[in-house]
Amino acid sequence: MIPLNHYLVLSALVFAVSVVGIFLNRKNLIILLMAIELMLLAVNMNFIAFSHQLADLSGQVFVFFILTVAAAESAIGLAILVALFRNLKSINVDDLGSLKG
Amino acid sequence: MDFTLILFYCFGAVLLATSFLVITVRNPVHAALFLVLAFFTASGLWLLMYAEFLAMTLVLVYVGAVMVLFIFVVMMLDINIDLLREGFWKHLPLAGTVGVLMAAEMAGLLWRSAGGAGAGAPPPGYSNTKALGRVLYTDYVFPFEIASVILLVAIVAAIALTLRSRKETKYQDAALQVLAHSAGRLKIVKVAPETDAKVDGANP
Repeated sequence: MIPLNHYLVLSALVFAVSVVGIFLNRKNLIILLMAIELMLLAVNMNFIAFSHQLADLSGQVFVFFILTVAAAESAIGLAILVALFRNLKSINVDDLGSLKG
Repeated sequence: MDFTLILFYCFGAVLLATSFLVITVRNPVHAALFLVLAFFTASGLWLLMYAEFLAMTLVLVYVGAVMVLFIFVVMMLDINIDLLREGFWKHLPLAGTVGVLMAAEMAGLLWRSAGGAGAGAPPPGYSNTKALGRVLYTDYVFPFEIASVILLVAIVAAIALTLRSRKETKYQDAALQVLAHSAGRLKIVKVAPETDAKVDGANP
């Protein structure tokens, strides 16, 4: 019998930690992708907590779709990263200004 | 104190600690491994909420596929960590302020507003996987199909982005291989045998 607010506070803390991670690792594309994965995890935990509390399965269905989209996102993100590294020999975000004009 | 509550605090502490390590650790490989641990503990937390199917999916899909992909890419790239770490300490005061403010606001708001007793266990004989499958294949069947199309597009995009033809690699041409026959490849040449006298004469 874990109260709902425990889960909400925990996922809020994880979300805040990953926002801090995006601030800190502004140069490192890989850590940025990992921070995004952590954010999605926090959001998913909120969905499941509400689904459990309200005894409604729709929340879990949403988590299912979020997992699908997150898997596709990380696959394409890593493919872009690999293609980028092949051309630039770097994954530094500062080197990616070639579209600046 | 309830046993599940103790479990929740243990898992929550591990989840917070590992997510903090993911963003601060120096080596990207270690960060990926800590993220694996974070996903494992999150799956334990989901089990505490009786979401068995999604907990197993998190372990199988995230730890088994996505994180392996991450570790593969991190190990494949030869990156200069020092160059990527610059600005880490410079951004720390701003990031810490924003993070602490965000966490304090959200935690303070949520802790008081959503209190009360938690929901109990589902009735005996209830199968989370069965119920989720029933909903997924009836009410959400079109979103489910769209999700499969999204995955297909992701596969095609990932392959199209990373596939390249290298000039130095020799490829087999299957059509030419099928067209080949023995008459075009093999040539029998009649060579006249050399006599001993000739050999003796050549080498005095």
